[in-house]
Amino acid sequence: MLGNEAIAQGLMESGCVMATSYPGTPASEILAAFAALQKKGSEKRHIQWAVNEKIAFEIAYTGSMAGLRSAVSMKQVGLNVASDPLMSAAYLGVKGGFVVISADDPGPHSSQTEQDSRLMAMMAKIPVLDPDSPRQAKEMIATAFELSEAFEIPVMLRPTTRVCHARQDVHPGEALSHKREVDFQKDPARWAATPKFRLHLHRELEKKLNAVSRYNKTAPIRLNAEATASKALIVSGVAAAHAKEILKDLKLWDVIPMYQVLQPFPLHKDFVSHMIKTYSEILVVEETTGVIEMQLADRHRIKGKLTRFVPEVGELLPETIQQIIGEFAGIGIEHIDVPSEPGIRPTLCAGCPHRAAFFAVKKAAPKGIYPSDIGCYTLGLNLGAVDTVLCMGAAVSQAAGFYHAYKHEKKQPDIVATIGDSTFFHAGVPALIDAVVQNVRFVLVILDNRTTAMTGNQPTPAMGMGACGESLNSVNIEGVVEGCGVKFCRVGDPYQLKEFTALLKEAVKYSRENGPAVVISRHPCLIDRFRKEKPGWQPLKVEVADTCDGCAFCIDHFECPALILDETEEHVSIDPILCNGCGVCISVCPKKSIKEIKP
Amino acid sequence: MRQQIVISGVGGQGVLFVTRILAEAAIIKGISVFTSETHGMAQRGGTVLSHLKVGNFSSPLIRPGNANGLLALKADSFARHGYFLKPGAWTAVNSRKDVIVGPEFSAYTIDADNLAQHIHNPKSVNLILLGFALAAISGTLENSLFCTLEDIKMVLQHRLAKKKQMLNDAVKAVETGFNGFRK
Repeated sequence: MLGNEAIAQGLMESGCVMATSYPGTPASEILAAFAALQKKGSEKRHIQWAVNEKIAFEIAYTGSMAGLRSAVSMKQVGLNVASDPLMSAAYLGVKGGFVVISADDPGPHSSQTEQDSRLMAMMAKIPVLDPDSPRQAKEMIATAFELSEAFEIPVMLRPTTRVCHARQDVHPGEALSHKREVDFQKDPARWAATPKFRLHLHRELEKKLNAVSRYNKTAPIRLNAEATASKALIVSGVAAAHAKEILKDLKLWDVIPMYQVLQPFPLHKDFVSHMIKTYSEILVVEETTGVIEMQLADRHRIKGKLTRFVPEVGELLPETIQQIIGEFAGIGIEHIDVPSEPGIRPTLCAGCPHRAAFFAVKKAAPKGIYPSDIGCYTLGLNLGAVDTVLCMGAAVSQAAGFYHAYKHEKKQPDIVATIGDSTFFHAGVPALIDAVVQNVRFVLVILDNRTTAMTGNQPTPAMGMGACGESLNSVNIEGVVEGCGVKFCRVGDPYQLKEFTALLKEAVKYSRENGPAVVISRHPCLIDRFRKEKPGWQPLKVEVADTCDGCAFCIDHFECPALILDETEEHVSIDPILCNGCGVCISVCPKKSIKEIKP
Repeated sequence: MRQQIVISGVGGQGVLFVTRILAEAAIIKGISVFTSETHGMAQRGGTVLSHLKVGNFSSPLIRPGNANGLLALKADSFARHGYFLKPGAWTAVNSRKDVIVGPEFSAYTIDADNLAQHIHNPKSVNLILLGFALAAISGTLENSLFCTLEDIKMVLQHRLAKKKQMLNDAVKAVETGFNGFRK
């Protein structure tokens, strides 16, 4: 079972009946797996992809206010988006158990930051559990619900990439049928508390936390009772999984006492005093920030992230942990040189409609500034059509920022921003309203491939489909854009490169004189597994004529993986396995050497 | 039974499929199993590396110098990921030419690309190499594989029960590799 599937299994076995999410690596499979389990049984649940993490959080949290067991899952940067309800929900507390699953990505393998969600739990003042494996992640879901209901507090589960994406043999148990009735008890003093009552709730929260730090079920575990050295090791999360093996391999299992922390915050008070009383030196190995470390008093005995004994940046690979433990124990570890991986530059798929759209953007505004956003299309940076990527939805507000920064200059650059359809719904809409109000002169290209492609083709609000494949209402992008007050809103197909480029030029011209213009670049993703409708275009057979002189314009400016340059022969050819027949390259070649083979 | 195996190749070769098959063989035999993969941009032609740990392990990753074997789907996979192997380890490589390894390792090579063309199944390189490894790394070797050709056939039958043609092709590929080993 994949770690994320084990988490979903845990949700089912704990009787979770409301689950929401917004996709993001490495958390995306949790909700998808829960939806797959749902299809097998007959239990009535609410499982949904929400427009963004804040909305996902608020829906699931409200389910818990009404007495149901609920969960919300997301990646760590998604928790930033949901941080507003998180902070407040901690004060108000819960009724039905409520678990916030926030998956971290030390490395980072596929994220903007390496931030530690446990710090967010600390800031919100809620307990957080840190699983070391898929198996433990499943068990901890059950613990999290119990803890949440025992103290009426939201509980965070913080898996990392190595837990979410590892596979382990996990024994599935039975689904717990939910016995609780939905029953929202009105209590405005609590659920709609004014600042005066918030002070009271804050005091209550502190009392809860104090009790949680003495809760037996989540107390740290002593792993090796035989070891008696005066130096001890504290480990947590997947670093604990690595350390267990390393200690055995280094024959230190019977020497150095090792403790696994299950609940890094709040750290158990008795544990802290026991450690300080018993050991002269303590090494803490955890990812990504020194959260356990900073809760240990008597700091001069502690080695960890804050003392720079453990690297503060990057993933803690088992070989790194082995070096650290070796140094701590005073034994030499032979270092094995790891050759650096030759970097293969990632690129958009052959035939990806985004590539055609980016090519047109560069044609329409060759000296423009190109703010962009989070998604597959971030790879447009290879094509020189992406200048900035900050966070979800920022393409629109950054376009506004550039416009305002340059507006008093004699010459203003053209600004063409790109954003995906799912990202537009997620956080682009409020920014577009702002741009309309401020009359920002820019073009927004909405790359509408009818799916959330980057994270595995989850549905967008425009698709009218739910997490379990059920049919829902859909919201059309043109309607939203026009509703925001944009006067220029047109749709084009980037596969029709000439027409699409002309449309973009018109939009750029309009934006210079009038204000915001939106072009919706509409063509479905080629690798969308869930797409049922047939493609609305016929693949072409394409060849490169002898007139090709190997100028490499298509390679440098279009970068389709199906175009292969033979430098010695000075000729480009087309890889028939990779090529999907979009035919866009026919219009790209400046020498007109790429041609359709007429049947 | 404790075994750590690295499987290395590029996107589209079926590294993850072979890993799943081996993991399921372990489960059928009642042995605990852990797998972990790195495939950041595999769909876009990058390297795919998976870690398979059979037996009682707690960590999902293999440390350099600790693997019992390397299943190399590309000729340069040994150069790239050979550092995972411990002395005495084996590697089975898909390569046209023999692969040079140090005296501390035993290497077995097979031209799986060619055999795959031969059986008209160009996407079966992964299973051919697996079949080959099952034949080459068996019996006397200290690090011999935890499962047999029969175990793998059983997993395939279980997985592809409803897809007869795919099952036949898969079994043929594994057998082609298995018979491709000459002592």
